[in-house]
Amino acid sequence: MNWIYEPWPWYIAGPLIALVMFVLLLVGKQFGMSSNLRTACAAMGGGKSANFFRFDWKAERWNLIVVLGAVIGGFIASNYMSNNTVAINPEIAQQLSEDYQIKSAGDNYLPPEIFATEMLSDPFIIAVLLIGGLLVGFGARYAGGCTSGHAISGLSNLQMPSLIAVIGFFIGGLVMIHLIFPLIF
Amino acid sequence: MRYITYLVVGIFFGIVMFKSEAASWFRIYEMFYFGSFHMYGIIGSALVLGVIGVQIIKRKNIKPLDGSKMSLNPKNKGFSRYMYGGIIFGLGWALSGACPGPMYVLAGAGYVSILVVIFGALLGTFLYGLIKDKLPH
Repeated sequence: MNWIYEPWPWYIAGPLIALVMFVLLLVGKQFGMSSNLRTACAAMGGGKSANFFRFDWKAERWNLIVVLGAVIGGFIASNYMSNNTVAINPEIAQQLSEDYQIKSAGDNYLPPEIFATEMLSDPFIIAVLLIGGLLVGFGARYAGGCTSGHAISGLSNLQMPSLIAVIGFFIGGLVMIHLIFPLIF
Repeated sequence: MRYITYLVVGIFFGIVMFKSEAASWFRIYEMFYFGSFHMYGIIGSALVLGVIGVQIIKRKNIKPLDGSKMSLNPKNKGFSRYMYGGIIFGLGWALSGACPGPMYVLAGAGYVSILVVIFGALLGTFLYGLIKDKLPH
């Protein structure tokens, strides 16, 4: 039963993600994990403020159900199927420890230096989390999709716009990690 | 019955995201340092199977189970929105270490702080809706 607790290798995870996409296609839907944010904005009355949220969100309720499932999946996996540690490339772990005093690689799933609940008393950490989320939400809707909608669904359908978006994802990510992290952390 | 399907797909997706460590901040950081093949292997292998499967669906004209149309619509042509939106998304992906799927998985795993990220993502989506017409698309 070790395989349940061990991290799942990429050649298991990748095909299972493709399977999720195909199951959704077979029930007439498209795999994309950021559309639900728009649905949620519309459900909370966003239509009063912008046309973008004036649509039949009830027809998109299905993606909120997928989200609920993902929450339950995260609960099951972390509580019953994992020891909640992630071992990364030792050189990167060393670099994280030296440059940013993030010494938890190998011991935690997320770095407590950023994600521990106590850290929420630090305004800088709140800003990192809030701005990070804001950029993700804004960028995903501006680009018309996120990692699942473009990098998996769109590229599987050989869409040029998705390739441009994925190149954008990586430009943004590389700039953040290599140019902005050294300035802010 | 349909909702049970969506719920089960979501649960399965959540477990895969968590167990493959794609929901881990450390893996995202490592990916942007090209420190491991892991994340590239996940996306790459999903993609290879995805491309093959979509081709099969198109050539054999496979329909969804209820006989409706496959949701394989081509994306609108363009450059600006994909490039600028993509870059903004990437900045946030690296800063928070989470993209939209994993955010919910991490909430389920009990990380209270991720709720701030999810709140930010909702705010960002709302902000886009407000100023959408002023942006180059």
